[in-house]
Amino acid sequence: MSERLVIVGNGMAPGRMLEHLFEAAPGRFEVTIFNAEPRVNYNRLMLSPVLSGEKSYAEIITHGDEWYAEHGVTLHKSAPVTQIDRAAKRVQSSNGLVAEYDHLVIATGSSPFIPPVPGHQLAGVVTYRDLDDVDKMLAAGRGSSIVVIGGGLLGLEAAAGLKLRGMDVTVLHLAPTLMERQLDPAAGYLLEKAFVDRGVRVITQANTKQVLGQDRVEGVELSDGTVIACSMVVMAVGIRPASALAKESGLAVNRGIVVDDQMRTDDPHIFALGECAEHRGICYGLVAPLYEMGQVLASTLVGVPASYQGSVTSTKLKVTGIDLFSAGDFGEGEDREEIVLRDASAGIYKRLVLKDDRIIGAVLYGETSDGPWFFDLLKRGVDTREMRDTLVFGQAYQGGTPLDPMAAVAALPDEAEICGCNGVCKGKITSTITGKGLTGLDGVRAHTKASASCGSCTHLVEQLLHLTLGAGYNPAAVQPMCGCTEYGHDDVRRLIIAKGLKSIPAVMQELEWKTSCGCAKCRPALNYYLVSDWPGEYEDDGQSRFINERVHANIQKDGTYSVVPRMWGGMTNPKELRAIADVADKFAIPAVKVTGGQRIDLLGVKKEDLPGVWADLNAAGMVSGAAYAKGLRTVKTCVGSDWCRFGTQDSTGLGIRIEKFMWGAWTPAKLKLAVSGCPRNCAEATCKDIGVICVDSGYDIHFAGAAGLDIKGTELLCHANTEDEALEIIVALTQLYREQGRYLERIYKWAKRVGTPSILANVVDDRDKRRAYYERFVYSQQFAQVDPWQERVNGKDAHEFAALAEFGMPVAAE
Amino acid sequence: MDEWIEIGRVDTIPRRGARCVNTPNGKIAVFRTQDDQIFAIDNRCPHRGGPLSEGIVHGASVTCPLHNWVFDLSTGQAQGADEGEVRTYAVNVVEGRIFITPDLMLVAAE
Ligand code: SRM
Ligand SMILES: Cc1cc2nc3c(=O)[nH]c(=O)nc-3n(C[C@H](O)[C@H](O)[C@H](O)COP(=O)(O)OP(=O)(O)OC[C@H]3O[C@@H](n4cnc5c(N)ncnc54)[C@H](O)[C@@H]3O)c2cc1C
Ligand code: SF4
Ligand code: FES
Repeated sequence: MSERLVIVGNGMAPGRMLEHLFEAAPGRFEVTIFNAEPRVNYNRLMLSPVLSGEKSYAEIITHGDEWYAEHGVTLHKSAPVTQIDRAAKRVQSSNGLVAEYDHLVIATGSSPFIPPVPGHQLAGVVTYRDLDDVDKMLAAGRGSSIVVIGGGLLGLEAAAGLKLRGMDVTVLHLAPTLMERQLDPAAGYLLEKAFVDRGVRVITQANTKQVLGQDRVEGVELSDGTVIACSMVVMAVGIRPASALAKESGLAVNRGIVVDDQMRTDDPHIFALGECAEHRGICYGLVAPLYEMGQVLASTLVGVPASYQGSVTSTKLKVTGIDLFSAGDFGEGEDREEIVLRDASAGIYKRLVLKDDRIIGAVLYGETSDGPWFFDLLKRGVDTREMRDTLVFGQAYQGGTPLDPMAAVAALPDEAEICGCNGVCKGKITSTITGKGLTGLDGVRAHTKASASCGSCTHLVEQLLHLTLGAGYNPAAVQPMCGCTEYGHDDVRRLIIAKGLKSIPAVMQELEWKTSCGCAKCRPALNYYLVSDWPGEYEDDGQSRFINERVHANIQKDGTYSVVPRMWGGMTNPKELRAIADVADKFAIPAVKVTGGQRIDLLGVKKEDLPGVWADLNAAGMVSGAAYAKGLRTVKTCVGSDWCRFGTQDSTGLGIRIEKFMWGAWTPAKLKLAVSGCPRNCAEATCKDIGVICVDSGYDIHFAGAAGLDIKGTELLCHANTEDEALEIIVALTQLYREQGRYLERIYKWAKRVGTPSILANVVDDRDKRRAYYERFVYSQQFAQVDPWQERVNGKDAHEFAALAEFGMPVAAE
Repeated sequence: MDEWIEIGRVDTIPRRGARCVNTPNGKIAVFRTQDDQIFAIDNRCPHRGGPLSEGIVHGASVTCPLHNWVFDLSTGQAQGADEGEVRTYAVNVVEGRIFITPDLMLVAAE
């Protein structure tokens, strides 16, 4: 009979432990997990990118429902365990679920500490630990004022994320400099400056006296009397091991649940794992030690001797654009020496603390690539006397001439740790690449876990792939566009402009294409780049377009076509409807359907009938709806203030205005917009490429939604006060996307790649830049707004719609 | 049955493009490459019947518009991982006039 293993808490530590366990002894344990959170297991470290909008929740799930099913694990979601009956070896959850165990693992993690200042229980005081907290913070909404109490790792990641979401953020920190537990004052100062530069207000030596407000948070008062108005307070002052449950059950608990080197508590059937455990007097707050514990516990459970010896940890701050690394001890002392390197103009600061010629602490700010190297020297206690003069310059300088970064990685010993979170060393990565025949980052992540947690060592792993696979892997030159070239999309776009290349043959010649005339992947991409970069100069190449864009209709599975005329903003009238009906009758069109884009599709049109169908639709004033285009598709609207009792603005009118302004534009991938008249959002604007939500005070402009292959709500870009301003922002955003997007890359993927801050900087924060993008779009529209149907009705590409030759009867029969 | 059949002029087909010849037995796609070579194949992709004449032409190959199979125009063989073959027809070009093998009509007559 299989052994019953019950786990309390479904965080990062047990997730990893179970992977080891199922690998070592598949089928031996019948596992039941109780989780207080209402969901599966996810990468908690990545909550900050979710908060900032750089990642979605779906992307950070580590164990989805299928994983539990596959391993026969029973997962009780939303079921916090409230009682452990050690005599009966049974646990019970608050909602009455009961499970009996042979082995019990307590992995309840930590709880955020809320300082008991007056007002701390008011609505609007939140903590930062799980996804629900992220949702609560985001609910505050763009433009709201938020106070983050605590300038440590968590508080700063929260502040950076909230700022990126357009909130007005103040960080209060008790100590004189930020992250004083990991950084010395000089690095703390640089960090503060970087936050201030981002528009985050930082107040140090700030002692919170009380949170102000009646029912909800209205502000924070400091002990010096300063009052900061805000609608939300994020408490990020520290964490406490969640050990209450263990304590109530009579287990030995100091700060955390006391465990031995096998992770066993003082009850032989009960183990503790993760942040809730206390090992040799230490409670950890980072994942690397927890992963090591998980491995030891898995071995212990299957009866293989293993023992946990404690961990040395290093810290990295995961805020895009701020590089910071710290490890070990950097306090000052009689017996210590230090080496400091400052480059104020480059914003670089490095400090090494040595004792007996050995590194015991390292703080790197601005340039952290040597972090793993220093950390390795620190952990191994290497005598650095020999390299003392150049030590602080980093590994590249050891041995005379500076090494390139690749050589620096090559020079690392096999034991050097590459991935701090998962404790994966260089030798393990390179041997797995060779042993398993891996070819890319995903493979390394799957087999070794390196770079799979906080992701900050990704570039090192890529360099190792390169070193191991040689030219077979090139981390710098990302994905080539296709088999015809070594260049990636971004390089090609850059070179088209830099070299003034204005035709497909010119691009292929200058960029040394390997095929004579490309392929079905690169030609449409090049054609788009040229159309977009040289409006009015480049002549569109129909033969490099997919059939739909060549004949301006959608090809169907039987080789017939569908035809979708524009219905501006979803509005139509009897005349248009009559013309559609007449056309359907006249050409015996088999199907007429309302599309998901608020207009009508005529399906099953024969190719040779297309010009005739178009001529009749044109005659009734209709043009191509471009339902086939990597270009502007639809602008959906709701009835808005014209009719709806809740409408705040003329959403229909604005939608029509946008569609009339932007139709005909080619974009990297299709572009769909919507305008809703109020936050009830009947036009579904918050899953579009660009969406507008009208509100009393104007227009909230959203972007980067998805509702096709992926589902993703939009992000709020900014607020516009007038229709004109809204239009200008939307057009500028579209133009930025046209200039930067890779062919077939939807807005949400592009935004994720380039980052919201750079988009804000171009189309929101800087009026002049915005205007310039807007004007480039307007310029290119004069060449783009030509109805392709009309052109073809007038004879363009006539060869497309007629056979080369017709043979009515077999010649042989004549 | 050794008379080649004239089907049209090279310059009425776009470079890197194709047009069809309609026969009672279905369509034949006649391709013109960038360097003016002419090929004729059945206009039916062996995968799911996609109209190959509507595909993107590159080198002496065409990519099917429905699911991107790639065919060598001279042999009719599917390229890469896909397996399949489309029937080819011999063509002859004389002074810009395209002639196609009379086999075509033999088949048609069967
Ligand atoms: C006609 C329509 C379905 C309908 O009967 O309602 C439709 C039909 C097709 N969609 Fe769609 N999509 C239609 C609305 C949508 C919507 C809903 C919307 O626009 O509000 C979506 C989700 C939103 C989005 O765009 O992501 C949608 C997401 C897709 C996708 C997934 C795109 C993605 O990046 O996630 C594809 C595949 C692709 O583009 O590669 C696709 C591809 C297609 C193609 C073009 C398939 C193909 O490659 O041949 C279908 C063409 C049929 C035809 O000839 O008309 N269709 N498609 C809708 C036309 C809307 C219009 O008036 O223009
Ligand atoms: C925003 C953020 C960023 C971070 N960034 C980093 C980083 O960059 N690097 C790093 O090393 N570490 C980072 N950490 C810390 C890291 O996430 C933790 O060390 C790690 O998640 C701890 O794992 P755990 O399994 O012990 O606990 P957790 O992952 O916290 O899991 C504990 C789970 O148990 C549940 N639970 C609690 N009590 C009960 C109960 N009675 N019954 C049932 N379930 C219960 C909780 O709801 C929770 O889901 C970060 C943490 C946060 C919050
Ligand atoms: S969902 Fe879209 S792509 Fe899929 S079958 Fe329907 S119309 Fe075609
Ligand atoms: S029909 Fe040609 S590839 Fe599918």
